[in-house]
Amino acid sequence: MSSPDQQATSQKRKTLYNSKTKSSSLSWHLSNIYRLTVKELRSIRSDPVMLILVLYAFSIAVYTVATGASTEATNLAVGFVDEDHSDLSRRIADGLTPPLFKPAVEIAAPAIDAEMDAGRLVFVIEIPPKFEADVLAGRQPTVQVNVDATAITQAGNGAIYLQTIIANEVSAFRTGRGGTSDIPVNVEIREKFNPNTKSSWFTSVMQVINNVTILTVILTGAALIREREQGTVEHLLVMPVVPAEIMLAKILANGLVILTAAGLSLLLVVEWWLHVPIAGSILLFLSGSSIYVFTVAALGILLGTIATSMGQFGLLAIPVLLVMQLLSGSTTPMESMPVWLRYAMQIISPTPHYVAFAQGVLYRGADLSIVWPQLVAMAVIGAGYFAFALHRFRQVIFGA
Amino acid sequence: MIEKTIAELQHVTHRYGTTIALADVNLEIPARRMAGIIGPDGVGKSTLLALVSGVRRIQDGHVTVFEGDMENRAFRTANCGRIAYMPQGLGRNLYPTLSVFENIDFFGRLFGQPSADRRGRIDELLRATDLDPFEDRPAGKLSGGMKQKLSLCCALMHDPDLLVLDEPTTGVDPLSRRQFWDLINSIRKRRPQMSVIVATAYMDEAARFDWLAAMDDGKVIAQGAPKEILQRTNAATLEDAFIALLPEEKRAQHKKVAMRPRPASADATPAIEAEGLTRRFGDFVAVDHVSFRIARGEIFGFLGSNGCGKTTTMKMLTGLLPATEGSAKLFGEPIDSDDMEMRRHVGYMSQGFSLYSELTVRQNLDLHAHLYHLPENEIAGRIDELLRNYDLKHVADARPDSLPLGVKQRLQLAVAVLHRPAILILDEPTSGVDPIARDAFWSTLIDLSRDDGVTIFLSTHFMNEAERCDRISLMNAGKVLAVGTPAEIVERRGVKSLEEAFISYLVEATGADRSRKTEQPTDGASLPTANLAHAPGRFSPGRLWAYARRETIELLRDPIRLSFAVIGPLILMMAFGYGISFDVENLKYAAFDQDQTQESRTLVDSFAGSRYFSEQPPIGTTSEMEQRFRSGELQLVVEIPSGFGRDLENSRTPEIAVWIDGAMPFRGETARSYVSGISAQYVKQLAVERYGPNAVLSPVNVETRFRYNQSFESVNAILPSVIMLVLILIPAIMSAVAVVREKETGSIANFRSTPTSKFEFLFGKQLPYVAVSMASFVLLALLAIVLFHVSVKGSFATLALGTLLYVFATTGFGQLVSTFTRTQVAAVFATSILSIIPAVNFSGLLTPVSSLSGGARFIGLTFPPAWYQPISVGTFTKALELSDLWFNLVILACFALVYLMAAQIFLKKQED
Repeated sequence: MSSPDQQATSQKRKTLYNSKTKSSSLSWHLSNIYRLTVKELRSIRSDPVMLILVLYAFSIAVYTVATGASTEATNLAVGFVDEDHSDLSRRIADGLTPPLFKPAVEIAAPAIDAEMDAGRLVFVIEIPPKFEADVLAGRQPTVQVNVDATAITQAGNGAIYLQTIIANEVSAFRTGRGGTSDIPVNVEIREKFNPNTKSSWFTSVMQVINNVTILTVILTGAALIREREQGTVEHLLVMPVVPAEIMLAKILANGLVILTAAGLSLLLVVEWWLHVPIAGSILLFLSGSSIYVFTVAALGILLGTIATSMGQFGLLAIPVLLVMQLLSGSTTPMESMPVWLRYAMQIISPTPHYVAFAQGVLYRGADLSIVWPQLVAMAVIGAGYFAFALHRFRQVIFGA
Repeated sequence: MIEKTIAELQHVTHRYGTTIALADVNLEIPARRMAGIIGPDGVGKSTLLALVSGVRRIQDGHVTVFEGDMENRAFRTANCGRIAYMPQGLGRNLYPTLSVFENIDFFGRLFGQPSADRRGRIDELLRATDLDPFEDRPAGKLSGGMKQKLSLCCALMHDPDLLVLDEPTTGVDPLSRRQFWDLINSIRKRRPQMSVIVATAYMDEAARFDWLAAMDDGKVIAQGAPKEILQRTNAATLEDAFIALLPEEKRAQHKKVAMRPRPASADATPAIEAEGLTRRFGDFVAVDHVSFRIARGEIFGFLGSNGCGKTTTMKMLTGLLPATEGSAKLFGEPIDSDDMEMRRHVGYMSQGFSLYSELTVRQNLDLHAHLYHLPENEIAGRIDELLRNYDLKHVADARPDSLPLGVKQRLQLAVAVLHRPAILILDEPTSGVDPIARDAFWSTLIDLSRDDGVTIFLSTHFMNEAERCDRISLMNAGKVLAVGTPAEIVERRGVKSLEEAFISYLVEATGADRSRKTEQPTDGASLPTANLAHAPGRFSPGRLWAYARRETIELLRDPIRLSFAVIGPLILMMAFGYGISFDVENLKYAAFDQDQTQESRTLVDSFAGSRYFSEQPPIGTTSEMEQRFRSGELQLVVEIPSGFGRDLENSRTPEIAVWIDGAMPFRGETARSYVSGISAQYVKQLAVERYGPNAVLSPVNVETRFRYNQSFESVNAILPSVIMLVLILIPAIMSAVAVVREKETGSIANFRSTPTSKFEFLFGKQLPYVAVSMASFVLLALLAIVLFHVSVKGSFATLALGTLLYVFATTGFGQLVSTFTRTQVAAVFATSILSIIPAVNFSGLLTPVSSLSGGARFIGLTFPPAWYQPISVGTFTKALELSDLWFNLVILACFALVYLMAAQIFLKKQED
């Protein structure tokens, strides 16, 4: 520094910097993260399309999925071949009542194959001739129930319901006509956590969980790609800002939005609108969710560094998200998967742990002493994702 | 017939939302001339050209081209083959993965030229443009100048009578620019009947045109021959003339840039020093051993075309990119991308606007102030100062995207100097900015350099800006050609202007002066007349094939899209096949036996025999039962009350309770039916014990026959349904993206400006995806058979035919979605949401369609999957034939037709 003019400039420059904070101190980093998080939140606010998508996914979509398609047996389409035309056969037909059954369709025996082939009927009951007379005479006639076993969610349970209804109607008929029935033991079957086996209880909460996964990945990944496409990320990196700060800010801001939406969705849509009782602590659920959101947000950033444009990101995210969701236990139980696949998914994906955690807390009222292993698993996988995402981020931006 | 005017605009007004692009424009563009439209970015030049060439819909007023009404669709269809349109942006209408030859060939096919003619003509054009050595190079890997020459070849392929060029030379090096104009001139000599309309931001270029129209703010402010305009305004250069023509209030803001000499600096350490700086991306050398020293307070200019390595060099100096070789120092300190202190000395302005458009001007400044950690108490003052100095006060609370380019650039500069850096690195800061704003910008730069001693390193492709720099460096293809003061460089080459000096360096660097050749058209060697086979307006299988062929080549060369199309379905099939299972086995159960008698143990043992249950250690207390249920360890508990054995003995009908975890309803429901079965068995056994072997408990036998899937395994039913799901999701997304990509990259202009019909465009682009989908169908069927052992019991031919119709329908659905979406990401998500929800929920995957009612059933039946699922499940599991399924095939064919027609109705041939 020799020229007085320049010394002055440099002096001015020095006073502009806050001399108390060194650029490596923790408060410096925290301050950067805070500023960038506020910036992210402003960005999210100014994107009405994304906000509407989040709002829709956590409200109407949860409601529609919960009340729409169900895996519980309802509205079963039953055909009825009545070759007896007796009181008893009519009683059986009348016993098939909604909501479990649609009104039975009476068909002729030769039509059975065509109706079932076309999928118009899933069940066909065949009542043989002289059925009532045989019952009264104690000759134990046989009723045949044809089941379309490709209707996988209905076939098994529906067949049992039909058996029970037929048996009950016949017993009642016989009792009315002086027959006797003597059951030595009463077996009372009670369902815990969901006494009426309503599938909406399950699907609504699982829909919230799936939304958390999908929207967190999409929001954070898209936020990164947008910055890359607009060149703003480079602008940040010529400033005294490090990549980890940018990543953490994105994770925090998007995570906060998703957590708030998920919490409100549970309280307002699931509990209040759909009347699903929540057994455990919502606070515990949200704390666990924040670990999960951190993990999947890191995944979103990772995908955002692999794809080079929004279009590519979409193509990449869809298969990843579908696989994560399908193989997480939120659609069908993990126990039904091959053992090797179950372990593989539990190692590479945080979602099975999150689903187990959420089911434990929300349905069974599990507390921290029960669910801590899942929390630890999510945190470990999340740390792995974050480290890899940071590595990719530096690689892509700095081309190193 | 010789028209006097080639195009005439009467009272033409055009708006984008509330922004007015053209305000009541009246213009007569002379025929058989080189006509120029001049003015900075955003004055309406592009809109005007798009209206003239018929690619944009006329909103208000009349546009007459070839003495015909451009609003008349029949006229447009008949005449669009006579117009060639080259949109703005380097190579915007080219296909980057296609080679030079394939690009031109595609245009030749669109105009129905026979194969031999095409070859001959392409050879001619390539020779004329010096592109012949690069015939096989992908268009994406050409330099900017080469891309523009290639675009021109494509435009000239069919001998147009009107050539419309939208900023064809912006960002191109001066040698390529000269070659480009030479080429146009030689072609005009050979085909004098051709008219050319060009938009340009380079005033020096425009001075050589036959006729000019100057535009500002959507209005034409002057028209006539360049000489007339200069005379009228009494100006020496066209740039001065343009400023003189501007309305009074704008002109008042103009101040001539006053150059001041740089005060000598006593410090010998250069502010920026580069030594052998090199950067490679794979094989490509972006920056090749670049060396220079920039003194403190100096304004140093980097002059070169797009892609010559200016931006890469600047990124290395900011620490954004590490250098592959060589070193760079700022104030004698080597650059280290982890050095936060060094970053505070540098202000950077990247090419194009790269601040947050979702934040206001003030918020942007505030964010940067905090990230640079200016002291809290000085931030407000500094931001105010900048808003004042950079004339941003009145827009402080506006979002940048609503501001004119010049204001945005001022904001970027304000952000770059916010922390009072010692070095400013500015990447093409004035590109596209109007002359007044550009001069104001330069005045600021000079103040910064001379008053505050800030070192400024900037890049530009404007010669007149380069002349204002203290020193410049000429760059080409990653190499520095010369460094020195502008005057020195001109002197060294012994030429008159900086442009000529640059060209002479370029000629030297690129070897032989090939530009000469094109200047002398050999007599009689004129281009053969294009042989156009197809009448415009009629369906042409050749054009359809041209699109199908090009789409296929592009798809095969795009690894991400191709793997999504081929591997995506297989991954999804595996995930579904393994993941979606309704087979419930190994339910964990425990006994809570409070009786502990022989009878109770017999009861518990009756569960142990079943493969559906697996026994866990027994439970001792009620709270233990609760705890183990909570943890998810148990799914079923058999609770036997004390006194059970005694009651049973005394025929008092004791009651036992079976608890089931109902958290997952399907599993709970299945467990319940298993328990019913086992308990019935147990009760029967008791009855036999008590009343003897003839005890009749049930008066009726119910015999259940599971049809189609005797083993009752989920996978048999799920896989055929998964094929249904996968073959809508992936093909629909692919075909939607295929159309929207063209909108995003700009190549859709070729559809708009050529005689291609909507049907040829859509159906041609659909065919490759139908083929890929059929290939993935074969793979999926193989996977089902080999890996999951699910075989096709019925007619495979029927299944294949049904699938073909189905993928025609699903790709058509994707194209329909593409007509409503503008970005690829929107197309991907809209298509997947619109297809997944009905396909999963209302098409028989989970719930049979027969059980649906009301709206759900309606949605299901108005969408192809619900009609394809019976075909897939029927042929796989139910052994069905064509005679059983013909109706579904007919419906699928109808869907395919309806989607194809609907997409054609909604696809706009002209842009709005």
